[in-house]
Amino acid sequence: MTAQQPPRLLKGIPLAVRKLRKAFGAREVLKGIDLHIPAGQFVAVVGRSGCGKSTLLRLLAGLDKASSGELLAGSAPLGAAIEDTRLMFQEARLLPWKKIIDNVGLGLKGNWRPKALEALEAVGLAERANEWPAALSGGQKQRVALARALIHQPRLLLLDEPLGALDALTRIEMQQLIESLWQKHGFTVLLVTHDVSEAVAIADRVILIEDGEIGLDLIVDLPRPRARGSHRLAALEAQVLNRVLSLPGTPPEPEPVSPLPTQLRWAQ
Amino acid sequence: MNVEKLSHRVAPWVLPVLLLAVWQLSVSAGWLSTRILPAPSAVIEAGVNLVRSGEIWTHLAISGWRAGLGFVIGGSIGLALGFITGLSTWGERLLDSSVQMIRNVPHLALIPLVILWFGIDETAKIFLVALGTLFPIYLNTYHGIRNVDPALVEMARSYGLSGFSLFRQVILPGALPSILVGVRFALGFMWLTLIVAETISASSGIGYLAMNAREFLQTDVVVLAIVMYAILGKLADLAARGLERVWLRWHPAYQVNKGGAA
Repeated sequence: MTAQQPPRLLKGIPLAVRKLRKAFGAREVLKGIDLHIPAGQFVAVVGRSGCGKSTLLRLLAGLDKASSGELLAGSAPLGAAIEDTRLMFQEARLLPWKKIIDNVGLGLKGNWRPKALEALEAVGLAERANEWPAALSGGQKQRVALARALIHQPRLLLLDEPLGALDALTRIEMQQLIESLWQKHGFTVLLVTHDVSEAVAIADRVILIEDGEIGLDLIVDLPRPRARGSHRLAALEAQVLNRVLSLPGTPPEPEPVSPLPTQLRWAQ
Repeated sequence: MNVEKLSHRVAPWVLPVLLLAVWQLSVSAGWLSTRILPAPSAVIEAGVNLVRSGEIWTHLAISGWRAGLGFVIGGSIGLALGFITGLSTWGERLLDSSVQMIRNVPHLALIPLVILWFGIDETAKIFLVALGTLFPIYLNTYHGIRNVDPALVEMARSYGLSGFSLFRQVILPGALPSILVGVRFALGFMWLTLIVAETISASSGIGYLAMNAREFLQTDVVVLAIVMYAILGKLADLAARGLERVWLRWHPAYQVNKGGAA
């Protein structure tokens, strides 16, 4: 996490997804996804709500099991790299009964406090380390959640619409923060978002999921830092949006009910 | 500003003090017979006498011991059962409906049976107190664990927590607000049960003090015993609130000096 640290040769995980299927009961959410993501790439996944993009992320994070298909990190199964994978949720999910610094150090052993302070420093919240999460705003909570993910030095960072609930200015700040941390650490990023302009502004590559399949795979080959509102970004955004809108939207189905986390039991 | 603050402080005490004054006045004026209600001054006098003779401390100690021991036994069993049913599906299947069935029996209805089992000595009283405190703690522990946010549990699991560390860092603190509500209920039941148990048959304790005084028409001591129960109940509740302040200081609703959270 510090500048003195020698850069690791292989920071990001190269990701391969082969014929990935996932069904909740009779409803097939993912219908054979094939995807190859080189190490260190910043990929944004967009799509209508209910298209399966969050399901894909949960499968990659190991929170759900795929119905069939393969998830590979390089040539090994992704499950073996679970320690190198960190997921940021839609909500910050901080433990309200732990001080902010203890939330960042969750699951760590040994002398993790200096590291946790560094991680908080990186997201600009070091001076709030000893406060309760209830005292933070939504954007600050998400920054703590980001620090909590980064302290594990993940090689694959999965972001499940972590900016969805933030106001426009905080969103842009968070996007820039995530981008700069990604440039510094070089992990592979998969960002699920419903905001197409966010996707083209921040990612190397935008993947559109339509009805459980990949509908569009677009390389965003623009230099960074990218000027917001530039016409090339706008053109790319229009390209994705046109594709989304050209397909008649399937009526929004109710969320799958059966194996949702609310029904998970935490003790067997 | 200062006058306003002072009046805010004083306001809750105005009515009780007024009632006490009316009570004292009506007894000393002879409108109220001391056989019905002794004057507050007489109650205080009885208290002073009992303190002087040291008698009051032995009764307080024995009552406190019965209440405390019963509460610890009942509370521990309730907590343990709550953990078992809250944490495991099988525990819930096996235990919950049985516990709920027993819970619906008013525990004071068991007094005749308890006397047959244990006689009228300490065991019977402690058993009754334990029975009375078990269920509020059981119910709230079970409920608290069931209501721990599954999203937090999922997050903690994905950060490598499992088994005991998951329980200690996520499930127990998440269930704690509810458990402490159970503790406060249980403390109420603790005194209630003890009062009934001590009035039935005892040779010491505050209940005995009251029953004995009744025999001799000492209404002042009877009222004193009632006041002592009230004070003990209040103290127990204060202790529970103190625990909430310490253990739930992360919770915006329990923060003392800071207003609501941002």
